[in-house]
Amino acid sequence: MSETPRLEIEALDAWYGAARILFGVSLHVGRGEAVALIGRNGAGKSTTMKAVMGLVTRRAARLDVEGRDLRALPTYEIARHGVGYVPEDRRIFTELTVAENLDIGRRPRPAGTAPDLPDWTPQALFALFPNLAEMQDRPGGAMSGGEQQMLAIARTLVGQPRLLLLDEPSEGVAPVIVDQMIHALHTLKRAGLSMLIAEQNLDLCRSLCDRAYVIEQGELRWHGAMAELEEEALFGRVAPTNGIM
Amino acid sequence: MALDALVFQAVNGLASASGLFLVAAGLSIIFGVTRIVNMAHGSFYMFGLYIAVTVADRLPSPFDFWGGVLVAVALTALIGALVELVLLRRIYRAPELYQLLATFALMLVMNDAALWLWGPEDQLGPRAAGLTGTVELLGRRLPDYDIFLALAGPAVLLGLNRLLTRSRFGRLIRAATQDREMVAALGVNEAVLFTAVFALGAGIAGLGGALQMPREPASLTLDLAVLGDAFVVVVIGGMGSIRGAYVAAVIVAQVKALCIALGTVELGGLAFNMSKLTLVAEFLVMALVLVVRPHGLFGRPAPATRIHASAVEAPLVPLGPGGRGAALAAIALFAAMPLIGDSFAYAPVLAQDVLIAVLFAASLHFIMGPGGMASFGHAAYFGLGAYGAAYAFLTLGVSTPAALVLGPAIAGLGAVVFGWFSVRLEGVYFAMLTLAFAQIVWSIVFQWEEVTGGSNGLFGVWPEGVLESPTGFYLASFALVLAGVLVLRRLAFSPFGHALRAARDSALRAQASGIDIARVRWLAFIIAGTLCGLAGTLFAFAKGSISPEAISVGRSIDALVMVLLGGVQSLLGPLFGASAFTLLQDTVMRETAYWRALLGALMIAVVLLFPGGIAGGLSDIAARLRRAAGRP
Repeated sequence: MSETPRLEIEALDAWYGAARILFGVSLHVGRGEAVALIGRNGAGKSTTMKAVMGLVTRRAARLDVEGRDLRALPTYEIARHGVGYVPEDRRIFTELTVAENLDIGRRPRPAGTAPDLPDWTPQALFALFPNLAEMQDRPGGAMSGGEQQMLAIARTLVGQPRLLLLDEPSEGVAPVIVDQMIHALHTLKRAGLSMLIAEQNLDLCRSLCDRAYVIEQGELRWHGAMAELEEEALFGRVAPTNGIM
Repeated sequence: MALDALVFQAVNGLASASGLFLVAAGLSIIFGVTRIVNMAHGSFYMFGLYIAVTVADRLPSPFDFWGGVLVAVALTALIGALVELVLLRRIYRAPELYQLLATFALMLVMNDAALWLWGPEDQLGPRAAGLTGTVELLGRRLPDYDIFLALAGPAVLLGLNRLLTRSRFGRLIRAATQDREMVAALGVNEAVLFTAVFALGAGIAGLGGALQMPREPASLTLDLAVLGDAFVVVVIGGMGSIRGAYVAAVIVAQVKALCIALGTVELGGLAFNMSKLTLVAEFLVMALVLVVRPHGLFGRPAPATRIHASAVEAPLVPLGPGGRGAALAAIALFAAMPLIGDSFAYAPVLAQDVLIAVLFAASLHFIMGPGGMASFGHAAYFGLGAYGAAYAFLTLGVSTPAALVLGPAIAGLGAVVFGWFSVRLEGVYFAMLTLAFAQIVWSIVFQWEEVTGGSNGLFGVWPEGVLESPTGFYLASFALVLAGVLVLRRLAFSPFGHALRAARDSALRAQASGIDIARVRWLAFIIAGTLCGLAGTLFAFAKGSISPEAISVGRSIDALVMVLLGGVQSLLGPLFGASAFTLLQDTVMRETAYWRALLGALMIAVVLLFPGGIAGGLSDIAARLRRAAGRP
């Protein structure tokens, strides 16, 4: 039982309309493990996450969370099965306040939740993200990028996930806030959450992730321990040139 | 004009505004969450009124009215939920046009269901217990019930507002209105939410209908009349905005009330009866608002749709040798029709109907297929052509050939004006504005008796001179229709046609490559309107008369069904569709009182089962045959 990974994907193909984006992606994320998905823009990182959630047309030999097959499930069932999705553009409900955004994501703890995972009450979340506590009545549209990112993560946590899919969490976020976020993500990891993180910020990956997958043009090219990635020849190809990494 | 008349009409206007608001609010909520424009929304209003009257009839006096209203709301909400489960659920991912057609088909089916359940007679309900008196205001007597209605609108607005802000259901509606995919990704079962929202919207429409019980009888024409009004209100207020719907309902109702209150005014020595404007006033307000704010007073540009499953359209291909042979055979058949007229007297008459329908459908297809603009008011140009030609022929005394030119010219002129407004809008807004313009034309024709003959229409429009013999006129119309179809076909493959298709497939990219899309669409709209006017002109001369029925919304829908039945994605589609539809109408639909339901069922079947229409089906078969023969 304890050997079942949280997320296990085998031979995942995905399409965006008529265009094929993913070609046989296979990866797994263990319990309490943080895994980086690294690649340039358009490589297929976001599509991998959307494919897990059932938001794009997909086909896979295996797509399991905690041993349960997700392939035939509608998106909302996948979310209820403990997959928390934090999309790239955050997709905060801008007309709703912070408290209302959290209310949309709220779910009771699923019956089979491992007792080691914390119960994410609003109080627990406000301790994790102190900024949010002070702006509960602010409309989502009136928040900064970093604040929206915090809210997007918090909104997913109130759904009591076991696995987080974080798509570019540091994109467009001020460096000070990125530090706060790394701190918060460490707390989540210690609490036993598994994470798959698509990220361009190498500091964040180094600090948080155990392993990494490199994706190029919809195919996985490399997979190994995070520490080994920078010695790889392909690292120069996938590392962004803008100096963030 | 006296102040008391103005105040009296203003209160009356607020009472009417409440009715408009209730229909529009439901339409708006449903659109916000499901992105479906529910063409059947007026049907829920109509059902609400019929159910209320029926129930009230069976209840004892003090409970009759209020009991009827309660049952009506509950039942219409239930019917709404059923409709969502059975029909709408299957078309959320279909292209917008199919959604519009499917819900319109639903309206046809519901109308015949009402005919079957309640019969063709209007039914009047009781008055509201406790609200039968009047209050005196500035020397005039105002019915209590009008004051109650005037307050009912704001009350529902406040109630909805509370629901949307204070309940989890309301918060989910607001969140889903913005990004329903994200709502699902957070673990909310969209399907249940959609059903609930549809039931809510239908129930509010049912309430709107039921509350009209003391003011108007339940009748089978309500669905379409109310739908038109609700569209206008929602478009003025902005799709998806409840507050906008109320403001717009008040504006429309007050403008109408003002027109009535003003009565006959003298303007530069000319007496003009303002109350005649009421039928058109709301459309004028709408046109004005849309010019200034294309998304309505409180509306916003629709959020970019994510992962849309709408099919990518294959490029148009010219006919192969086999297709060309078949086309020539069909042309020869139509040309030879007068010869077989001796043995089958009815054949040339039917062929004439088919020809007119073909041009009618082909002209709509030109803007709908290559142009991507589904007009819900194409009959306006048919009617303008027919009436223009008939008027010129009968009153001005021009020759038949001159009338054949004047008719299309007048329709083209109408398209120049209406098209200029319409082509600036996308998708459903375009559909609604074209429908609204068609309603304007219809109401002008209906009311302007001196010129149009009112509800009777114009008679004695028989061709003269060389075209007097049936064969002569048949051959002339055959030549004209053939020329029209060939022109449209030629245009579709010309650089102009390419620009039109580019504007359809990606407006942004087309603009970036230097295409003035508004201009291209406008031109296409004018061409389509002119050729449709030619079809109308031929119709007037073929039948010898023309009546407002030829401009009715039903006629516009006939054209849409022809195009859909034939297949939108092929240039041959409208030709097949128009022929099949005319034959079908001539045979099956004449035999039953429930032809609307039959037509609706046909439309739903096409949308759900054969989205490619006849042309799509034929090309599938051809492709299969080629594969079987071992060719690519």
